[in-house]
Amino acid sequence: MIDFILYPLLAGLGVAFVAGPLGTFVVWRRMAYFGETLSHSALLGVALGFLFDINLNLAVAICSIMLALILVWLQQKHLMATDTLLGILAHSALSIGLVTVSLMDSVRIDLMSYLFGDLLAVDVSDLFWIYGGGAVVLGLLWKFWSPLLSMTVHEELAQVEGVPVRGTRLLLMLLIALVIAVSMKIVGVLLITSLLIIPAATAQRLAKTPEQMAGGASICGMLAVGGGIALSWIYDTPTGPSVVVCSAFLFLLVLLISGNRR
Amino acid sequence: MSEPLLELKDVRVGFHGRTVLQNIDLHLNSGEIVTLIGPNGAGKTTLVRIVLGLLKPDSGHCHMMKDLRIGYMPQKLQIEPSMPLPVSRFLSLAGASKKQILNALTCTGVEHIYNSPIQTLSGGETQRVLLARALLRKPQLLILDEPVQGVDVNGQRELYHLIKIFRDETGCGVLMVSHDLHLVMAATDKVICLNNHICCSGHPSQVSQHPAYLQLFGHESSELAIYTHNHNHAIDGHVIDCGDCQSGNQDKSQQ
Repeated sequence: MIDFILYPLLAGLGVAFVAGPLGTFVVWRRMAYFGETLSHSALLGVALGFLFDINLNLAVAICSIMLALILVWLQQKHLMATDTLLGILAHSALSIGLVTVSLMDSVRIDLMSYLFGDLLAVDVSDLFWIYGGGAVVLGLLWKFWSPLLSMTVHEELAQVEGVPVRGTRLLLMLLIALVIAVSMKIVGVLLITSLLIIPAATAQRLAKTPEQMAGGASICGMLAVGGGIALSWIYDTPTGPSVVVCSAFLFLLVLLISGNRR
Repeated sequence: MSEPLLELKDVRVGFHGRTVLQNIDLHLNSGEIVTLIGPNGAGKTTLVRIVLGLLKPDSGHCHMMKDLRIGYMPQKLQIEPSMPLPVSRFLSLAGASKKQILNALTCTGVEHIYNSPIQTLSGGETQRVLLARALLRKPQLLILDEPVQGVDVNGQRELYHLIKIFRDETGCGVLMVSHDLHLVMAATDKVICLNNHICCSGHPSQVSQHPAYLQLFGHESSELAIYTHNHNHAIDGHVIDCGDCQSGNQDKSQQ
């Protein structure tokens, strides 16, 4: 009984804590569509995981990271506008995933739980993934916070001052890919970006420094997870969407309280 | 004679078949202020980007002194409105302590905006903050792309004067871009008049009379140049002590 609520809560709080600071970068660097693309590819990861019979978390992580690398590579070729490229990749990846899943007769996959998350089905191995992956992401973020911030503020200035801009940009993309892979279980493929963006946007209204915004985003995300699980527990609503609803509600609340202050 | 900070030899660069710079020879020594002037599209910013290592020339050599510390002041600063960023945090990205930051801001005359969000600054204030950031790097070479953009005339004189004082005190080299000669004259040792190639170069008063310069800028600006030149000696009204902005750990009381 206690496991039933404790595991999802621990999982959700862990993910929200990590997603907070990364979400701020997604907001600052306008990478929402990038996040969307990676999360859509997560379903392809699930399908491939089933197909080759490997750990699903691992499959999703590899798939997101591969897609992030492909994106960086294609972007450098300047074949087309980045958002066009993202649009092509996002929906191709999602559709390939859906088609692959439908072709696999041998396994029955509950698509809904991957699209919208199934927080209540979290088990100990998921917790291991979330906290292990989360620790790696946070550790790297901590170590490279200054160059990441410098690059986000002014790319050329950062480069002149000695920040390896290309490597740092790649690192950020990989971190986002990892977080998306880890959080798919919580809110599902279609709602992951909201976990990155809404808490960051909420914290932005109250923060005075980038660090406050990053920390605030973690707190907002964790509050939303708590509220969402409670909502889901009491009214028997789907957990993933409930978390997002709470997150959006919190955003509205802060928006009203903070007024027109920028 | 010490090694030059920077040496360019026969640099050529073009974009999409259009030659932007050619036959560029340039060298800059410690303690020297070199100003690039030229009309829009002359390749001033491109040349700066080459010097900064942000752009590779198609041919020619760009040689920098080893481990050269560069302080760079970009032409524009556009910060995402979604990032809450006070001036103090922006400056601390240069790796400076609070005290050094305060000193640098005092030096550029904007210590009152220490806590202001950077997006709320006026154009002139932004330029001063950018200059402060470049100075905080304790540069051996200061590279300034249109440093006085959006600054009022008195402020422009003040900033040029400040750059000169900083050079005098630290002996750093300065490479700056400007599109008018008359205001930089007092604070520059050498002017390079650029229009895709080097039209003429030399002491500001020589360049301002040079036929190639006059052809580019017309006689009107030459009159302006002479006019400002006459007032050179009267500019030093407001002198700011700048020593503190690079050695913040020294306790120097401000008069």
